[in-house]
Amino acid sequence: MLVTELKPEEEILGSTESDASLFLVGCNGCASACETGGAENLPALQELLAGAGKTVTGTTTVDFLCDKSLVRSRLRPFSRQIVDSDSVLVATCGVGVQCVADSVLKRVRPACNTVNQGGTRGTWPGSERCAECGDCLLDKTGGICPITNCSKSMVNGPCGGTTSDGKCEVDRQRDCGWYRIYMRLKDLKALDQMKDVVPPKKHGNYLPSYEVMTGEHWAVDVPVAEEAKNE
Amino acid sequence: MSDFSDALARGDFVVTSEIGPPKGINIDKCLDEAEHLRGKVVAINVTDIQSAVMRFGGLATCHLLVERDLEPVFQMVCRDRNRLALQSDLLSACKLGVENVLCLTGDHNVLGDHPDSMPVFDLEAVGLLQCVRTLCEGRDMVGNELDGAPSFFPGAVVAPGADPVEPQIIRMENKIAAGAKFFQTQAVYDVDQFAQFMKQVGGFGVPVLCGLVLLKSAGMANFMNKNVSGVSVPKRLIDRLKADKAKTKSGETAVEIAVETIKGVRDLCQGIHIMPLGWDHLVPDIIDRAGLA
Repeated sequence: MLVTELKPEEEILGSTESDASLFLVGCNGCASACETGGAENLPALQELLAGAGKTVTGTTTVDFLCDKSLVRSRLRPFSRQIVDSDSVLVATCGVGVQCVADSVLKRVRPACNTVNQGGTRGTWPGSERCAECGDCLLDKTGGICPITNCSKSMVNGPCGGTTSDGKCEVDRQRDCGWYRIYMRLKDLKALDQMKDVVPPKKHGNYLPSYEVMTGEHWAVDVPVAEEAKNE
Repeated sequence: MSDFSDALARGDFVVTSEIGPPKGINIDKCLDEAEHLRGKVVAINVTDIQSAVMRFGGLATCHLLVERDLEPVFQMVCRDRNRLALQSDLLSACKLGVENVLCLTGDHNVLGDHPDSMPVFDLEAVGLLQCVRTLCEGRDMVGNELDGAPSFFPGAVVAPGADPVEPQIIRMENKIAAGAKFFQTQAVYDVDQFAQFMKQVGGFGVPVLCGLVLLKSAGMANFMNKNVSGVSVPKRLIDRLKADKAKTKSGETAVEIAVETIKGVRDLCQGIHIMPLGWDHLVPDIIDRAGLA
């Protein structure tokens, strides 16, 4: 399970500042359990956007946004609304945001930060990866994560190590994450986004909280154990 | 400020070169190489654990240059130090007489001789430039006031031969926004391509020093083409290196190519940065023959 928390309202409104209309996507998987991106959580986001004078062209939730084949088939009925929107706001983990980005040619904006769990990992059906950095910047990088896709986790463009075929000099089988981000932003006619200097990452966010490490906050084992004890 | 920044401010065509500290404590040969450059270059870059191969420290080497009245450019990579250590070393560097700092992200550990070491990359070049600026303004990265602010002339690098070059140029703009006052480039062998690059970045108003790496052999040229991103040695130069083996071995071909490149880029940029990779003794001859003495 990937744990998410909603970004502060001002950050969501900041990243969607230039968008007059948005399509809203949530996830019935982990994000629903975290009460950040489930069907019951989308109305609040919709209200936030409407309150800022934006049109929400539609909303949907997908059972598991990390399953790309599912994402594509579930979003297909909404193609018209998505095409008519300036961007897609996605309320889920970094993996789900990247899966949506890979499925639609639109600016995709994360509504959540993915919280570090100190080593617990789910499995991914696709190639998208999330480092649970707690400071999601997929909004600035065309929906492709530079933390997991760049071998140096660079946040302000590529180093000099991109090969002429767009690979990484550290591992020549691997795509240069920033080459992909550059091509993606170019396709989105949003290259100016690369000139927005990102401040140093908040590495303190990698330290998982006590609640997460002890499992008491999320795991079901505590109440079950309590019940067993009572019997 | 530093002689280097003064020369650029005057609009001089500036020459810098570099030395690489040794693997071990026998630093004399490295300092001799710096002596070859005395009076010929305005400043000498000191590489920082170059290519991720463990070596003698750059800061100590810079200080030894300052003691000998040679002006260093302290290269700083983000691979080995987090933001606490980077800031601390910058404060130390200022007190040890370092005025010029070249901010780099650094080659990845996997490419060096300690591939199992932990890559840091807490900051990258853009963040390091911001950090230098903040320190010079009298504060640390979280806003605490410093008891004595350092003063630096910060610069950065760019690869004009990258393909595509546009992401490099965008990142160059980010580096300028973060405080870069000069650029030294990756090795240039194709003057026409460099001219195209300069046409795109000339308007940024930040001086660019064209990078030259001396070509020691055809094998080295082929190696760079295969393994060094953003560098391409044209076939005609490789053919020249192959044609006269004795001339190539003596360094004469390297000198000729360097002199031609300098003449080709002279009117395009604000200076050159010669990376001799141990052939420092040839640098004075190159500078003389290029008419830069």
